[in-house]
Amino acid sequence: MQAAPLNPSDSQIAVRAHGIWKVFGRNPERVLEPKYRDLPKKELQRRTGCVVGLRDVNLEVKAGELFVLMGLSGSGKSTMIRTLLRLVEPTSGTLHVDGKDVGAMSHKELLEFRRNLVSMVFQGYGLLPHYTVLENAAYGLRLRRDEKGERVARAMEALKMVGLGGWENYYPASLSGGMQQRVGLARALAKNPDILLMDEPFSGLDPLIRRQMQDELVDLQGDIGKTIIFVTHDLPEALKLGDRIAIMRDGQVIQVADPEEILSNPFDEYVRAFTRDASPARVFTASTVMEEPEMLLYRWQGPLTARTEMEHQKREWSFVVDRKRIYLGVATRDVIERLAKEKRATVEKDDLQYLEPVKPDVIIEDLFGLVSSGSYPLPVTDDQGRLLGVVRPRAILNALSTEEDDA
Amino acid sequence: MRDFPDWIRFPVADRVDLAMRWVLTNMGWFFDWVGDVGLQILIAVERSLLFIPWWLAVIGVGVLAWRAIGSKRSGIAMAILLFMVGAFGYWTHAMNTLSVVIVAVAFSITLGIPLGILMAWNNSVRNVLTPILDAMQTMPSFVYLIPALMLFGLGRVPATFATVIYAIPPVIRLTNVGIREVPPAVIEASTAFGADRWNLLFDVQLPLARPSIMVGVNQTTMMALAMVVIGSMIGNRGLGMEVLLAINRVNIGQGFEAGISIVFLAIIIDRITTAFARAKKVEAATGEDTETEASEEAQKESSKSISDSSDLAG
Repeated sequence: MQAAPLNPSDSQIAVRAHGIWKVFGRNPERVLEPKYRDLPKKELQRRTGCVVGLRDVNLEVKAGELFVLMGLSGSGKSTMIRTLLRLVEPTSGTLHVDGKDVGAMSHKELLEFRRNLVSMVFQGYGLLPHYTVLENAAYGLRLRRDEKGERVARAMEALKMVGLGGWENYYPASLSGGMQQRVGLARALAKNPDILLMDEPFSGLDPLIRRQMQDELVDLQGDIGKTIIFVTHDLPEALKLGDRIAIMRDGQVIQVADPEEILSNPFDEYVRAFTRDASPARVFTASTVMEEPEMLLYRWQGPLTARTEMEHQKREWSFVVDRKRIYLGVATRDVIERLAKEKRATVEKDDLQYLEPVKPDVIIEDLFGLVSSGSYPLPVTDDQGRLLGVVRPRAILNALSTEEDDA
Repeated sequence: MRDFPDWIRFPVADRVDLAMRWVLTNMGWFFDWVGDVGLQILIAVERSLLFIPWWLAVIGVGVLAWRAIGSKRSGIAMAILLFMVGAFGYWTHAMNTLSVVIVAVAFSITLGIPLGILMAWNNSVRNVLTPILDAMQTMPSFVYLIPALMLFGLGRVPATFATVIYAIPPVIRLTNVGIREVPPAVIEASTAFGADRWNLLFDVQLPLARPSIMVGVNQTTMMALAMVVIGSMIGNRGLGMEVLLAINRVNIGQGFEAGISIVFLAIIIDRITTAFARAKKVEAATGEDTETEASEEAQKESSKSISDSSDLAG
């Protein structure tokens, strides 16, 4: 399954991990002894009290590749990506990044390595709350003592690249999650690293924003051609982004392949369980195909405003939400005209037609019946009832057809 | 049978006396020197305070409170409180008290914040310091007076020394708590970008711990003020001495005037320092979640010292 180790200085290989173990607990080295090392996880924990985080991981990531590490929580994917910067110290094994032996670096060399060659983007953003967007984006450059003018110029450039031009002087707290993650990405890009590590960078974001960020990452990768190692637990995300995907379970890499092969030739039952239902109709959910509604009315807008806006946008109906974007129902032009004639001040819930919303994690297959039955798109709401987006029949068809082309 | 047997005795008192005597014979010159320097500083601070004309001080406090708290009414109220202290006839005494408080707090901060940082960095340091800090805060404060008296003689220097011991724990504790409460995600991200221990301290930990540290400084100041009356027992003049004299003469009126003057000083200092801590926070416009958590934790951690200082304020 694993390729024979190549020459670490091979320029085609950006990251090479060989025989990486990470054991948490007391005296972790003894777990590597022959009498323990092949024991299953639970047995090992019972006998030694140690927990195995990574078990003999071998990986090779090619330069310029977008390499996805995928697995459920606890599979070791986040631990693995952290060993590349020695944020987690591996118990044994060798790591080469850009041909340099990371494990052998002194503290000083390690600082230089982190400051220059590799950047990381985190799920929780990890921004400094008392720094502005610009200062955050420039922080990596400040740590490696770039000159001030240089720092600002490069940070500004990186912010523009991620679409945050004009936000330099805001503080992270005043930005949405998606924008904060853009700052995290700008901070990573500003120092122009050879390798970008991304640990579930989009997992905390709303589905629509998330998809948009994925698209942008693909574009960015096309433009700058960095080596990217991307950790996710989400199969559609892995399939969409990955040139190659490594699937991890219980600290081991059990299959490395391109997306097509993962789907068509899953290594074992575990991978199959991920992909069994990988018919797009079952993998993709409402959140993957939903879009922004063309038009939204707000409850506190009076019928006259609503009528003007509908005329302006030439629409016969609209979804209505309240101040917190809680979904209320559908207002047609007729209803609005009637309310305007009655000289009512606001649009109330009772005036509206209520179209049952769906949750974002409903699979596409289950949406077929719902979408075709109505004349409106399907509203998608979260647990608080906030309107996240709408699903149109055309979007579902598009998702199905493109994915089948790929497979 | 019920009584604790007479023949089991571990006389610690003798040992403490012995150690104290050793320190006095062998290190007396050192404490004499510290005492001299301390006295010079205290006198310099007091002279500067007394050099300011009273009306300028009253107006200055009013303006400062107005700018810090952000309401004109609070500013006027603070100015009136200070005016009242003067009107009771305690202006000079109040400045004397204030000089002891200022020197004690300055010393507590310069020593306390680095200790708090060490405590946050190293669990062994924390494990050693925590019981010591507990002891410093629980031990009846009169007990500090005896060694202070023996080391520095009578006067304001031993009073300042005892005040530092009594007042330093909150700033140490809250520096420690503030740094430990910094979200690990921020630390990890900064580390990933090549931050070393000092980068982490100055770029991340101290700025994020600032609200908590400011609460600590505020409480240290309050406790220093509360120690003033006790410090007067070893010859520190000022408002505390007036209270003490009033107690000895059973002079209720005078005791009330001097006592209420201390309360007024406490209110002025508390409102202004609290407002400064908060203003800095808003100015930074930082991640609100982590900050409120930190200061809540800080409140919890320091509830002990609050109750301590309220004994005397009340």
